[in-house]
Amino acid sequence: MSSVTVNRRGFLQVGASAAAGLLVGFYLPERSKLAAQGADAASPKLNAWIHIAPDDSVTFMIHKVEMGQGTVTSLSQLLAEELECDWGKFRTEFPPIDPAFGFQGVVGSQSIRTSWDPLRKAGATAREMLVQAAAQTWGVDKSACRAESGFVINTSTNAKLSYGKLAGAAAKLPVPTNVALKDPKQFKLVGKSIKRLDTANKVTGRTQFGIDTRRPGMVYAAIARCPVFGGKVASFDATKAKAFPGVKQVVPVSRGLAVVADNTWSAIQGTRLLEIKWDEGPNAAQSSAAISKLFAERAEKPGVEVSKTGDAAAGLASAGKKVEAVYEAPFLAHATMEPMNCTADVRADSCDVWASMQMQTLAQGAAAQASGLPPAKVHIHSEFMGGGFGRRGMTDFVSEAVEVSKAIGAPVKVTWSREDDMHHDNYRPAAYSRFVAGLDAAGWPVAWTNRIVSPSITNSNGQPPQNGIDRTSTEGAHDMGYGIPNKLVDYHWTEVGIPVTYWRAVGYTQNTFFVESFMDELAAAGGKDPVELRRRLLAQNPRLLGVLELVAQKADWGKPLPAGRFRGVAVVNNVGSYTAQVAEVSVNQGKVRVHRVVCAVDCGHVVNPAIVEQQIRSAIVYGLTAALKGQITIDQGRVQQANFNQYDMLRIDEAPVVEVHMVASTQNPGGIGEAGVPAIAPAVCNAVFAATGKRVRRLPIRAEELV
Amino acid sequence: MASIRFNLNGKPQTADVIPEMPLLWYLRDSLGMTGTKFGCGMALCGACTVHVNGQAVRSCITPVSSLAGKSVITIEGLSADGTHPVQVAWTEGDVPQCGYCQSGQIMAAAALLAKKAQPTDADIDEVMRGNICRCGTYQDIRHAIHRAAEIKAGGKA
Repeated sequence: MSSVTVNRRGFLQVGASAAAGLLVGFYLPERSKLAAQGADAASPKLNAWIHIAPDDSVTFMIHKVEMGQGTVTSLSQLLAEELECDWGKFRTEFPPIDPAFGFQGVVGSQSIRTSWDPLRKAGATAREMLVQAAAQTWGVDKSACRAESGFVINTSTNAKLSYGKLAGAAAKLPVPTNVALKDPKQFKLVGKSIKRLDTANKVTGRTQFGIDTRRPGMVYAAIARCPVFGGKVASFDATKAKAFPGVKQVVPVSRGLAVVADNTWSAIQGTRLLEIKWDEGPNAAQSSAAISKLFAERAEKPGVEVSKTGDAAAGLASAGKKVEAVYEAPFLAHATMEPMNCTADVRADSCDVWASMQMQTLAQGAAAQASGLPPAKVHIHSEFMGGGFGRRGMTDFVSEAVEVSKAIGAPVKVTWSREDDMHHDNYRPAAYSRFVAGLDAAGWPVAWTNRIVSPSITNSNGQPPQNGIDRTSTEGAHDMGYGIPNKLVDYHWTEVGIPVTYWRAVGYTQNTFFVESFMDELAAAGGKDPVELRRRLLAQNPRLLGVLELVAQKADWGKPLPAGRFRGVAVVNNVGSYTAQVAEVSVNQGKVRVHRVVCAVDCGHVVNPAIVEQQIRSAIVYGLTAALKGQITIDQGRVQQANFNQYDMLRIDEAPVVEVHMVASTQNPGGIGEAGVPAIAPAVCNAVFAATGKRVRRLPIRAEELV
Repeated sequence: MASIRFNLNGKPQTADVIPEMPLLWYLRDSLGMTGTKFGCGMALCGACTVHVNGQAVRSCITPVSSLAGKSVITIEGLSADGTHPVQVAWTEGDVPQCGYCQSGQIMAAAALLAKKAQPTDADIDEVMRGNICRCGTYQDIRHAIHRAAEIKAGGKA
């Protein structure tokens, strides 16, 4: 598409493309947390295009990338709905990465939320121009024409002209303003479980992920990095590595030594044969035990106030009964199935980068910095992702590949082994949460205080907390939806030398576990049913209350279960959506089995119900993996887990049956990729309490603590 | 280097590689057949599953030297056009999300169905628990395996 010229100053522009036909360019806004680093919100630039070719094909050049969340399909549905095109002739392409397009990336379940209005308007605008072109051709008023499935129809003569035949004429028309959008009642595609556009290539092995990149003359590399974060190479002997068949050379890079070979396996074997003496730096003595102790010490004193309602101290003083508890959550790795990798080709005057990435604009900046070239000379090729979950928002894997290519003067694919991926992730932060709450004489909560200690998630991405407040690290706690008259949430920003970042559903993953578990403790302490307590405290929060009522009904809350089965409930409002989950578990000699999860979700107007269901099921497996198994521990500054034998994933025989129930809604869509993650851990732990009387206050759930 | 002769997706293949090199990397790097995926390198995740003489094996720990005279099928050779009953069932159910593990899932499921025409849920658990899906498509995989069994038995495709 580089030969196409469009006026990038406008919000919506039209032109005839090099391939002829109609080209409409438009802007899809970004509101992600990371976008602030790269976006220039004041000057929206075009970042998406519709191309209608003379052969009737419709191509949507889409700036969002696919990591399994179904974005490509759902966004296409919005556009095609208003465009009234033939879905069978609809295809998508990823456009090139260009700073002129504004910030490009996927994070925070933003895609549908930010694109709902502009995508529909763009589709409607193109449709309007095609109708206008047909009206001119026939010499009739456009009110006598209607668009349907890729044709404009003359309603008085029943003559038809295809979009492809009209595209050239439409391209010469001015862009209409204030086009009418469809009444949602007339939707034919939106709200339907349209098949995903990416399935065919994914069942035949043809989808090209970043790791599948091959370039002429390409060599392969793997990197030995210091096992302690922030450490460096002190000295090394590469004799044995270089003697391994296939190994070509060993070159130093910022974080260690790269072994370059004529195949990936030799490169990885080579890194294991390097004899390296590390300068381990200041984190060499760090351990999970020391981190936990530090968090507990800091929690003794007040932190920075993040949110406040009423007077928590007075509320506690007046309470008839006090309830206190301390909760902890561990570091977690992302463990995308496709390990980190990047292919780079650095030349004297320019550079190409191929990778699976969530944040193309940040990757471009990182590659520019590592290569010493201006960003405009860095060409980013964004490939399908074998999972992202936040990890691929980082750019460390890009910088390293660029470094290696620059050092050896050749295109190179750097592949991380699973061990590299697990040892050098940027983790979901460990966190510590201390609660003191007060109940009135009737057992209802009247005061709630919550002190959180953790590293800052935004700090690791270049945005240090202002005045000590990082709302990303306290989300789920400072914004919990319960109406309690006296509340105080405070935070201790505490860095511990372990890199952290966004992890599917981010701060909610730990804080919702803390809050929803402690809420269950209050129910027990006050003699209330967990649903009854939540129902009362959510009286002013109709959408959370709505999903709570729906899940209680669908899960038969309060009705008898088969012997040995127990229920737990939890709710959350994150990424613009509302979810409630009921988990049904059994506990056998401490081993927790989750049989069934019922999830009610209100994500506003549903674009594709099948994709919403898929994403909820996916999120529940993701969150349940963490609840039952997930734990990255540190000893002597090193991550102790290296592969799936030490950091296992939920398997098919452990996966619960998940039922999803959606609230019918005409509200603007909420996000979905992360909505289902936070509530599963507390729902399961609350069910474990119902089963055993034992409260799980630190994750993962440990069998030995339940017997 | 050694010359190892075997059959790959129905055609004779001579591999001139380091004999210890795992089949995974011979396929991906030497032949450019990237449908078979790298996940763990230790037979822990199943992403690299292929068939050797009809058995599902983890290509990441299968040295090329062990293949002499054997027959290897990869995702590229499971069917010419995505019409193996497992692929048809996977497509019908829109099983893949990110899709990265799905070549391995499909190869494992195809080998299961070759042995057991009508697998039970317990049969599926036993075989498929070796394949990790980080997107959590397990419920869809189970459903698709039962559906593939139906299709294979002559049910409506």
